[in-house]
Amino acid sequence: MAFNGHQRDDDDIIDENETPSKQPRSDKEMPVHFRNEPNSESATTAGRATSDRRTSQSATRHRHDSVKKTRPPFPWFGMDIGGTLVKLVYFEPKDITAEEEQEEVENLKSIRRYLTSNTAYGKTGIRDVHLELQDLTLCGRKGNLHFIRFPTHDLPAFLQMGRDKHFSSLHTTLCATGGGAYKFESDFRMMADLELHKLDELDCLIRGVLYLDSVMSSGPSECYYFENPADPDHCVQKPCTLENPYPLLLVNIGSGVSILAVYSEDNYKRVTGTSLGGGTFLGLCCLLTGCSTFEEALEMASQGESTRVDKLVRDIYGGDYERFGLPGWAVASSFGNMMSKEKRESVSKEDLARATLVTITNNIGSITRMCALNENIETVLFVGNFLRVNTLSMKLLAYAMDYWSKGQLKALFLRHEGYFGAVGALLELLHPS
Amino acid sequence: MAECGRVDSNTSHTMDKSITLPPDEIFRNLENAKRFAIDIGGSLTKLAYYSTVQHKVAKVRSFDHTAKEAAGDKLYEISMQEEVTARLHFIKFENAYIETCLDFIKDHLVNTETKVIKATGGGAHKFKELIERKLGLKVDKEDEMTCLIKGCNFVLRNIPHEAFVYAKHADSEFRFQTTNPDIFPYLLVNIGSGVSIVKVESEDKFERIGGSSIGGGTFWGLGALLTKTKRFDELLQLASKGQHASVDMLVKDIYGGSYGYLGLTGDLIASSFGKSATADKEFSKEDMAKSLLHMISNDIGQLACLYAKLHNLSRVYFGGFFIRGHPVTMHTITYSINFFTKGEVQALFLRHEGYLGAIGAFLKGAEEDNPNQYSWGENYAGSSGLMSVSPDMNPMQRARSGTFDMLEMDRLERQLVNLPLLQDPSSYIPDTVDLTEDAPAREYWLYCFEEALDGVVKRAVASQPDMPEAALRAEKFRQKYRHKLQTLRQQPFAYGSLTVRSLLDTREHCLNEFNFPDPYSKIKQRENDIALKYYQKAVKSLDELSWEEKQFALVRGVLAGNVFDWGAKAVSDVLESDPEFGFEEAKRQLEERPWLVDSYDQWLERLKGPPHKCALFFVDNSGVDIILGVMPFVRELLSRGTEVVLASNSGPALNDVTNGELQILTERIAAMDPVIEAGLREDRLLLVQSGSSSPCLDLSRLDKVLAMVVRERQTDLVIIEGMGRAIHTNYYAMLSCESLKMAVIKNSWLADRLGGKLFSVVFKYEVPVGKPNKDCGAFSPC
Repeated sequence: MAFNGHQRDDDDIIDENETPSKQPRSDKEMPVHFRNEPNSESATTAGRATSDRRTSQSATRHRHDSVKKTRPPFPWFGMDIGGTLVKLVYFEPKDITAEEEQEEVENLKSIRRYLTSNTAYGKTGIRDVHLELQDLTLCGRKGNLHFIRFPTHDLPAFLQMGRDKHFSSLHTTLCATGGGAYKFESDFRMMADLELHKLDELDCLIRGVLYLDSVMSSGPSECYYFENPADPDHCVQKPCTLENPYPLLLVNIGSGVSILAVYSEDNYKRVTGTSLGGGTFLGLCCLLTGCSTFEEALEMASQGESTRVDKLVRDIYGGDYERFGLPGWAVASSFGNMMSKEKRESVSKEDLARATLVTITNNIGSITRMCALNENIETVLFVGNFLRVNTLSMKLLAYAMDYWSKGQLKALFLRHEGYFGAVGALLELLHPS
Repeated sequence: MAECGRVDSNTSHTMDKSITLPPDEIFRNLENAKRFAIDIGGSLTKLAYYSTVQHKVAKVRSFDHTAKEAAGDKLYEISMQEEVTARLHFIKFENAYIETCLDFIKDHLVNTETKVIKATGGGAHKFKELIERKLGLKVDKEDEMTCLIKGCNFVLRNIPHEAFVYAKHADSEFRFQTTNPDIFPYLLVNIGSGVSIVKVESEDKFERIGGSSIGGGTFWGLGALLTKTKRFDELLQLASKGQHASVDMLVKDIYGGSYGYLGLTGDLIASSFGKSATADKEFSKEDMAKSLLHMISNDIGQLACLYAKLHNLSRVYFGGFFIRGHPVTMHTITYSINFFTKGEVQALFLRHEGYLGAIGAFLKGAEEDNPNQYSWGENYAGSSGLMSVSPDMNPMQRARSGTFDMLEMDRLERQLVNLPLLQDPSSYIPDTVDLTEDAPAREYWLYCFEEALDGVVKRAVASQPDMPEAALRAEKFRQKYRHKLQTLRQQPFAYGSLTVRSLLDTREHCLNEFNFPDPYSKIKQRENDIALKYYQKAVKSLDELSWEEKQFALVRGVLAGNVFDWGAKAVSDVLESDPEFGFEEAKRQLEERPWLVDSYDQWLERLKGPPHKCALFFVDNSGVDIILGVMPFVRELLSRGTEVVLASNSGPALNDVTNGELQILTERIAAMDPVIEAGLREDRLLLVQSGSSSPCLDLSRLDKVLAMVVRERQTDLVIIEGMGRAIHTNYYAMLSCESLKMAVIKNSWLADRLGGKLFSVVFKYEVPVGKPNKDCGAFSPC
């Protein structure tokens, strides 16, 4: 699938024999696996190979059968088009009967093969293999759920591929959420002849969260928290479940941040939001350090020291500001040291990246804590792609919630950080609400 | 004013040693100074001291008329006396001048009682040694936040129009808040390098309930990194020119339009710096600075709202160097607060925000003097006014006026409180027209006061014939007041809402400053003399009238008397050119009924009912007005069985009768009139001072004793007389009892505006809504 924004014809080489890079394991947690290098080999154009079969009659028959079973026809996608990333979940049926196999149109097969046999698509598309859910039963069908993402700015390439593959001939409903479902609706129609079924992103988010938490019975727990958040040496990830989660403060950190108070599956409100989110972290890091990807920015942050950039309470008061119960280590002014020319000249890019991460994370923590107090909620669930491979921020949030609330608030996290909206969209396809 | 150059202060503070200070204008009254306090910030030093000011006051003393009638036919004697009053001085200057200033203070400090100087602010530590060496005073450090809060309480309580709302696109950018006597509880959001959010519940009870590390230091530090611009105010300049939408990811960038479901508009920022997450695009400094400013302002605003909501507070004041006098940050913070609270909470700013720390430190050191038991008043003559040195307001202005900003506050002899009869003290606005908002009116009145200046100078000189240097002082007065008028033309908001009252008060302050405490003393004396001679005749002719005729004649008398007014230009011209202009002539000049505002019929109906328990009468001018107009009216009230409290100015203002003068006049009238005599003797006629020295009237700042008397006597009628008190101020004042406002419009422009003509009459009798008067049939209050 050509997810790259650069449609170079010489990339369009089919490599049907490419070995899937890694098989997911459901028995234990997968190590984090990145594929952010351009991978021209995987940038196949299955669409071109199948283009001569676009008028296949079997699609009609297939759809007819599915309707009888009150199931939507394959393929089953859920899509969340955010400000920075497009999140796509794909259900790969594993219980396809011989008869079905025979009836299955070539288009569909090639899509399935392409998606499941690669882990990277084009220059920027990634399948988060470690998140794959296997042996899932959805709508009476058994299969695996795949989690794929690519940058929103590469959406035109995705649409081009959809057009080339005649995705529209499958007559499937494409359930999409996120702002992009609205913004790109006409592009989907014009470029790929696809009609989007637009869904509200917060409805999808909540549905997705509750669903994924409920299905994970085997394998690593979806939900976890950090034990001993105050002690870096003993701070460990512990599994838990979202049993009796309500009321719940759901903090979705994407490009920006939305904070929801959830009282039941279909009773929630958006409390507030902030524009200081993942997009701000990356945007500022790019400007300050010249990096260009989230992974690069995180890598730099992991090596930096924010206290060289930030002005701490002890920098001003020599120690704790006891009158107001402020510990000396607390940040008094983010980037406060950067008011001084000498200090500006002495910090490294890594320090700046770290300070940016700490600033944004603490601010989210601070706003979250105030919302929790105002809404009288003690359980806080952090989700969103800002937390992807970002243990630093998660531990900071866990610590901030614990410290400033004196243990009252508990920070919870979910493994599928940024995919809940897309999962919610898929569920809408299968079980329209 | 920006606390800029924090990082460079080491180099710059030695640089300006050669500067020569204009001493008599900046460190005034140093010879009597005691109790110093200093607040040294990142770039600005604020010095506070207490001093006593000796100035002349006009006193009147009655001659002993029984012994000899020969004292030149004069009713009383006027003398100029020296009086000592207390004043607080606050001076703000750049840290660069600190050494020069300390030297200057050292050289001029005579008082040796002072042993310590209270210090606060981040720079107090750095300059401790220098201060101790230069001044020989021990530096006693005070907690910054405590000082800030103390200072904040002080200005909120003592300075009318201290707090304002900032509205960038309104006719007037500054909307000043009326002083609410109940200042607690409030939230103070101090945006320094970080943010502190403090809940203040009472004078001594406050708590830092939260804060944020994203503050002014973040804007400055991150801004410097992003734009390579070093100075804080330059960063703000950049920001004011930028377009944030090229850097920020807006809702419409994600949705293509608005997010209708949640009511989020398309222009809302979804992700600050969301568009700069790329390596291959350049962004302008201006755009990045703007985006940063929005990000930080919105964040602070949001947190402030969350804290305000959690603690159920609706008054939120913003201060700190991020805010200090910068329209750009005041605007973004205001915007943020409006957005997050949907207009439920207003962002409030303070005119003297930069002085809070110094004021607080000073108060800490002066606790034994109990400064909080007094009322203090801003001295317009000695204070620079808002944004006098703001760089981004007017760079030229800054260069001209130098870098010294001043605030002076006079200790008022009397403690001032609300009139207990105000219907809603928190919404009471004394002034009828806010000249800050009304540009044509502002034009007119500034012109008017400028035109009148020559006459005021002339009279000031004439009032002190025995003093040869009076002419020189009068000239200084002219310069000072003209300069104030010019400042106000440029910055109408400099001293809070610009009003006719503030223009008059500023003139009085300037006159006092140059020792012209009472330019009208001799004129008043002469007029009082003349009027007294007619008193008995006037009363006699009134007594010959039928009841109904008499009531009307009394009202006409008050109105005609009120035509005698040196404060109004049209009248002072006539009086000056034709001293024979008499009482009868004035009556002829009056408009015939129906008057411009006319509820005389209702008043008459009311008079047919039972008498009032007690009437509070705010009197106006000396001479014919008080003696032939007001006194017969008072006499009638007393005869009806109504007690009367006559409230007159504590100190002189124009030709208004002062309490001192009124005491003598009333005694003289009592000697001729048994009704007045009995009133005084039986304690049914009281003379009380108002606490004011203004030709106008602020019912929220009245003498505490007056308020007490009003309460004790169960006052059920308030009479306000004259243009200054009943038209320029209090025209719309709502009282909880019956009120009567009487005035003659002696200014053709104002008459025009009100739809009348010169000498139109306002007779406004009001009964509070929802308080029908049971005793007097069916009349509808106007």
